[in-house]
Amino acid sequence: MIEARIRKSYPQRSDAAGFELDVELKAAAGVTVLFGPSGAGKTLTLDAIAGFVRPDEGRILLDDAILFDGATGVHLPPQQRQCGYVFQNYALFPHMTLRQNLEFAAERRPRLERHRRVNDLIEKFRLADVAGRRPHEVSGGQKQRCSIARALVGAPRILLLDEPAQGLDAPLKADFYQVLKQVRSDFATPIVLVTHDLEECFALGDQMIVVRSGSVVQAGTPQQILDKPASIETAKLLGAHNLIPCEIRGLDPGRNTSKLRVGDFDVTGPYLPGHLIGDRVSLCVRPEALSAKPRNGKPGANQIPAELQKVQERPQFLRLDFSAGDAVGMLTVELPRREYEAFGGSDVREWVIEFPRQAMSVL
Amino acid sequence: MDWFPLWLSLKVAVLSTAVAVVVGLWLAYLLANRQFRGKEILDAAVTLPLVLPPTVLGYYLLVVIGRNSGFGKAWEWVTGAPLVFTWKAAVIAAVLHSLPLLVKSARAALESVDHSYERAARTLGATEWRVFQKVTLPLAARSILAATVLAFARALGDFGVTIMVAGNIPGRTQTVAVAIYDAVEGGDGATARTLVLVISAIALSILALANYLNPPAAGRRAG
Repeated sequence: MIEARIRKSYPQRSDAAGFELDVELKAAAGVTVLFGPSGAGKTLTLDAIAGFVRPDEGRILLDDAILFDGATGVHLPPQQRQCGYVFQNYALFPHMTLRQNLEFAAERRPRLERHRRVNDLIEKFRLADVAGRRPHEVSGGQKQRCSIARALVGAPRILLLDEPAQGLDAPLKADFYQVLKQVRSDFATPIVLVTHDLEECFALGDQMIVVRSGSVVQAGTPQQILDKPASIETAKLLGAHNLIPCEIRGLDPGRNTSKLRVGDFDVTGPYLPGHLIGDRVSLCVRPEALSAKPRNGKPGANQIPAELQKVQERPQFLRLDFSAGDAVGMLTVELPRREYEAFGGSDVREWVIEFPRQAMSVL
Repeated sequence: MDWFPLWLSLKVAVLSTAVAVVVGLWLAYLLANRQFRGKEILDAAVTLPLVLPPTVLGYYLLVVIGRNSGFGKAWEWVTGAPLVFTWKAAVIAAVLHSLPLLVKSARAALESVDHSYERAARTLGATEWRVFQKVTLPLAARSILAATVLAFARALGDFGVTIMVAGNIPGRTQTVAVAIYDAVEGGDGATARTLVLVISAIALSILALANYLNPPAAGRRAG
């Protein structure tokens, strides 16, 4: 269990923009994903936990150990923190074999135990065939497994991974997910993983923390965050939502609904506590929650007309981009291929988009 | 033909390089890894011998190790003989002459090692000394070896400082550089030519070796 409150500011200089990191996070057993765009301060947070960077103020607690405390000046060196760290480039020592890499990490353990520990991990991470080779002689996946194994040799209290799957191709990524899931079940070590890949958050994350420009903007399970992004910024970061400007025309707490003006049409949405009639808000809907069908006369309830602009082929579905007039803008809908073809596909010019009430949220 | 100067030069160069590597690596490590007050001044002081005239260095050295200095007196009291105008003084002169080059290159070599290796070693619990010994040094080894070879070449060629503190005593402190000067002054063209050719050949091979160890287009990372 790690609890951290980290503040660090970098003053603006002629060659670097200023940066302010102010994050607070808690990670228990399982995988916690730090998600955010490049330059959000994710790696800096990880480095502060590992002890490479000294925060200006705050406090970092790992189980019952104080790793850093700004008030009392405690700042343990990385050697004493018992944090396993998997670097983005793996940082396997190039002049040692994979086995020697693990042995280097085992030096702190009791002499009798070292050999067995190293062998166990070589076995567990499927490195037996290549243990005698140097890092540049093995594949990317093997390098990655070795760097995770090396970080675990010393039985760390937490495992930190910095963009571990970056640059891996799809099969290697799948393999990595498998390895990490195994680590999660075999070792009780909490894992904190930094990534800017949403897919990784869902494949691995028990908890997700969204970081943007040096601060935490939302925390929760990946599904919660995707369903209800806390702000327009988060929704844009997740990159998977339609954000539609609209105006609140009516609020009905009795029926638990609201009336929203989207362009020239009315849409019934969920009741919006804390909002007033006349507020201009953004309607946030995921592309797979919207449905599209050919227009047949006047649009029905919760439907707005749109023109199909672009079709993108995806493995499981089609991604359709519609234009719904200047006031609404572009709408993206994901539709199963078979459904699209049953409707007549590209022969249909005029469509309606249907907004399901449950899947809408307002930002 | 007296080969003593060549033999003496090689001996002085080997010993001074050995001393310079130990001191130079230590200084390079401090400059590369530690933050401390006066770091810039230390850096400048280490570089100074590169830009000062050799006579100035020789003068300073005479002040420090001369027979009237504290160090000179202590040396004489312990060993029973003065330090200046012996081959040992020539070693000190050569160390002073070659140290800046070694510190500069070794520092660059240590700093060129990707920091993530050192960080990784630290998270794995290795002490700073162990990180240096098992990770940084092996990864920088080639560049440091190249720097050592260059320092050796430079120690071999010192003239100004040597003649100030070790003098020009044939058969005792006369190194190649000094012997060539002596031969030319004395009109002994044959000896001068021979020594010039020999020392040029040695220097050329050393530079070739250094380039082989550390290709000048240093885009390549250690390891």
